[in-house]
Amino acid sequence: MAILETQELTYTYSIGTPFEKTAVDHVSLKIDEGEMIGVMGHTGSGKSTLIQHFNGLLKPTSGKVLLDGKDIWEDKDKIRDVRFKVGLVFQYPEYQIFEETVFKDIAFGPKNMGLDEAEIKRRVLETAHDIGLSEELLERSPFELSGGQKRRVAIAGVMAMEPRVLILDEPTAGLDPAGRDKILEHIRRYHERTKNTILIVSHSMEDIASFADKILVMSRAKLFCCDETVNVFARADEISEIGLDVPQITKVFGELRRRGLDFGKEVFTVGYARDLLLKHLNERKVL
Amino acid sequence: MLRDITIGQFFPGNSIIHRLDPRFKIVITLIYIVMLFSGGNYVCLIVGAVYTFGAILLSRIPVKMFWKSVKPLLPFLVITAVLNLLLMSSGEVLWKWKFLRITEDGLNTSVFMVIRIVLLIMGTSLLTYTTSPITLTDAIERLLSPLKKIKFPVHELAMMMSIALRFIPTLIEETDKIMSAQKARGAEIDTGSFAVRAKNLISILVPLFISAFRRADELATAMECRCYHGGEGRTRLRQLKSAPRDYIALAVTVLFLVGVIVLGRII
Repeated sequence: MAILETQELTYTYSIGTPFEKTAVDHVSLKIDEGEMIGVMGHTGSGKSTLIQHFNGLLKPTSGKVLLDGKDIWEDKDKIRDVRFKVGLVFQYPEYQIFEETVFKDIAFGPKNMGLDEAEIKRRVLETAHDIGLSEELLERSPFELSGGQKRRVAIAGVMAMEPRVLILDEPTAGLDPAGRDKILEHIRRYHERTKNTILIVSHSMEDIASFADKILVMSRAKLFCCDETVNVFARADEISEIGLDVPQITKVFGELRRRGLDFGKEVFTVGYARDLLLKHLNERKVL
Repeated sequence: MLRDITIGQFFPGNSIIHRLDPRFKIVITLIYIVMLFSGGNYVCLIVGAVYTFGAILLSRIPVKMFWKSVKPLLPFLVITAVLNLLLMSSGEVLWKWKFLRITEDGLNTSVFMVIRIVLLIMGTSLLTYTTSPITLTDAIERLLSPLKKIKFPVHELAMMMSIALRFIPTLIEETDKIMSAQKARGAEIDTGSFAVRAKNLISILVPLFISAFRRADELATAMECRCYHGGEGRTRLRQLKSAPRDYIALAVTVLFLVGVIVLGRII
């Protein structure tokens, strides 16, 4: 069964003023448990607004958000429980850090859940390990850490609530390549351990291609598609029409096909491309 | 919720009020305030109201917007009215109950005060609604420039004001973001008991302060990179120029002031 579902979800900002704008327009989609989903879309395409509906930070103007088949707005007082089940990490999350120590900041979410000390400690230690923060860092002030470390502290703060769905809004924005790879690697490890559903908003097609089972594409407030990665990148032309890009390696293989070398499938990671090419060259006895 | 703040909000337009020289507008507003407080009877107040609504009509800004700026001050208005009503002891007694009593003077003063304050808010809102914050600080700088002679840092003051005004929307947006982020971690901000909410306020204030300082630091660096060195020898893209309409507006306002003073004397 779908863990998260939206039905005709619509959200309009500033209703009744000249600034009225529909940011999400009749979006219906289903997300299955345990999937790793990449979210793409132009700036202003409505993806940030959409993900803020998943944990009930925004209330739909019309339409529904279902978690485990239940409308999250059915009981308004229970909306906080939804936020513990669907964890949302905002863009530049390090700006929300406020506690004196790393440990306390990661523990903020679990504490709000009303867990006991032992459980909080277990969760903080576990997520710190998942995200690659060593134990001696936990007693330091978060404000002494490097940018990449701060970012990981903030992500750990949401992970420690052990949400069944974890949503990350551009977790690698503004980081150097090393910091970016590290964060993605740790998120992948967390996914492998917990098997929880993860949604990652990203502008980097290479990143998305490397981890996503499925890709959700937003364009001009509407859902463009939500499909298997292969199927989405197969529509390379349409994707570039809405101002997005496919991975560079996919473009290379598209060009190869145009010139008569068709492998019959979509290629979107460099590793896979290498294997395919090597096999092909071997078959033709070039090597 | 936070987006509804209207203080200092500017409504772009092209009405005659919008086009007035901001320096004149500030002086006119000052005269207007004097006018409101110099009249001692209802006729003077009516004259003041006519002036206010005349100006509002000329500005072509919906009257609704002015109600929006008065609304947050309603509790204050009610308290003023009640205090004036009950504490004035002079004049004929109209109503009495135990130690409470309402006199004719008390009634008059409280009605007077309320109308005066409402007109005051509306008139000054008209100034900020029709003048962009940047031109406003520009005008203040020019009006205060004689004070430079006594080493008063006029330019620095104006610069600080315009920076502060410029960053109000930015900080509101930032607060919104931080609030959402903490709510996503289960912080109770709109709900929960007072004690819980007060405690959770820390989780918003600390990041907000840090980001305000960071922004200030970045802005200072950016200004220095563009060779900012204070007001000395600085020229402007838009020079303030007065036109005949400015003098006419000023003359009309002064006329109203004189009228109110005269009316206050003879009635």
